Amino acid sequence: MTSLLEPPTTSAPPKVGRLVDQFEKGLDAPICLTWELTYACNLSCVHCLSSSGKRDPRELSTEQCKAIIDELQRMQVFYVNIGGGEPTVRSDFWELVDYATEHQVGVKFSTNGVRIDKKVAARLAASDYVDVQISLDGATAEVNDAVRGPGSFAMAVRALENLSEAGFRDAKISVVVTRQNVDQLDEFKALADRYGATLRITRLRPSGRAVDVWDDLHPTHEQQRQLYDWLVAHGEGVLTGDSFFHLSAFGGEGGGSLPGLNLCGAGRVVCLIDPVGDVYACPFAIHENFHAGNILTDGGFASVWKNSELFRELREPQSAGACASCNFFDACRGGCMAAKFFTGLPMDGPDPECVQGYGQSALEAERTVPQSSVDHSRTGKRAERRTPAAPVPLTLLTKPPAKFCDENPLAGL
Amino acid sequence: MTAPGATDVSPVAMDTEMFDPGAGWRLHPQVALRPEPFGALLYHFGTRKLSFLKNTVIVDVVRSLGDHGSVREALRAHGIDESAERPYVRALGTLADSHMIVPA
Repeated sequence: MTSLLEPPTTSAPPKVGRLVDQFEKGLDAPICLTWELTYACNLSCVHCLSSSGKRDPRELSTEQCKAIIDELQRMQVFYVNIGGGEPTVRSDFWELVDYATEHQVGVKFSTNGVRIDKKVAARLAASDYVDVQISLDGATAEVNDAVRGPGSFAMAVRALENLSEAGFRDAKISVVVTRQNVDQLDEFKALADRYGATLRITRLRPSGRAVDVWDDLHPTHEQQRQLYDWLVAHGEGVLTGDSFFHLSAFGGEGGGSLPGLNLCGAGRVVCLIDPVGDVYACPFAIHENFHAGNILTDGGFASVWKNSELFRELREPQSAGACASCNFFDACRGGCMAAKFFTGLPMDGPDPECVQGYGQSALEAERTVPQSSVDHSRTGKRAERRTPAAPVPLTLLTKPPAKFCDENPLAGL
Repeated sequence: MTAPGATDVSPVAMDTEMFDPGAGWRLHPQVALRPEPFGALLYHFGTRKLSFLKNTVIVDVVRSLGDHGSVREALRAHGIDESAERPYVRALGTLADSHMIVPA
């Protein structure tokens, strides 16, 4: 990211201030947004941010998706990060990808690799406008499969091999950093290099099913420091989705920020569209408290983006609350809203992973972790979600299941 | 699934290619410019790079590059004389380095 032409010293046009301040007030349209196309998934990762598994029968139709793409084009949303669930199990997935790129909406999609066979890899290699992110949460099968399920490491590596053989350049390997894989960062980098891919690492949020496993999976304080040092040393060629801005305070007062946009973009420069057209403030906030509206019932995406009461509030100056007296507030700006919410911490207090240690003491105080209000897990029993199930063989779905939240994503076929 | 990104934007690599403001330049055909109250966002669909133009004058200059025979001509048309052109030339040079603008 570059910001060009800080107001010049001579014949200066009106000053507009820092970009981060501009962004905090919100833009007329998101820079990019995340669009979960389906809640259906062949895997059942223990930390799934969208509690995916079963398809939702209200899932948007092909035509409804295309209408949203038309709207995104009009608003000049440059690209969408498509995810799910596993988005490639939608039978119209490629049709929607093509439709978006033909309408000046770039596509980056996240997949566990299940459909990236040689044929698909060749097709992807022929397109200039599609980025592929293969999710991998361990540099070894042992570490990865403990979180993502048996066989998921092999599946992801096969997809990377197919892409590399087909000549697809610069796939992304997308890693959620955990207590178990933080020591593998160099190995992830080596894996990415082997397949001509770029490593992308992001922060584990206690969202979706991760609300139940976050305590055991999130990096310890020492590991946060280790991660920060690794990013400072190797960050150049590594993408982060700007998700580690809470670590910036490691750099000391007034400096040490990690590259990228050090602010929470929720409802200001990013948001999430879910498979049924619900709009949430960010991908990590699929909960009624962060629900901005619905594209089908609230007059379209642009209307939700502009008029949602929640988004208007998020664009107001936020209270630093308990963090106001902290010398590092300008570096971390209170951290991640979703991380606070899903650990039961107050929104105007420290991030649970506050590098000054204020989060730890807040976590030790009495708190109530919110129940998820949107859950498509194949098993409703929270205790069972701590162990990922073996992949489910999903076939392409051409019509929604017969009734709401059928037990099996293949029901009705 | 694993989180798809918020705003994965990577720093634009600077190279030492000379930027000649005496020559004609234009927006790269794969670049979209989105006006914003503070200036504009530029997105390159080929390199997936995002840039920000932080004032409205430079936005007007960039948009009009294709209509002028040279960068200097475009600057003069927007009332930027030689004494004031330095920061603009530098900004445009950065855009050239990142292939947001290309020789006409």
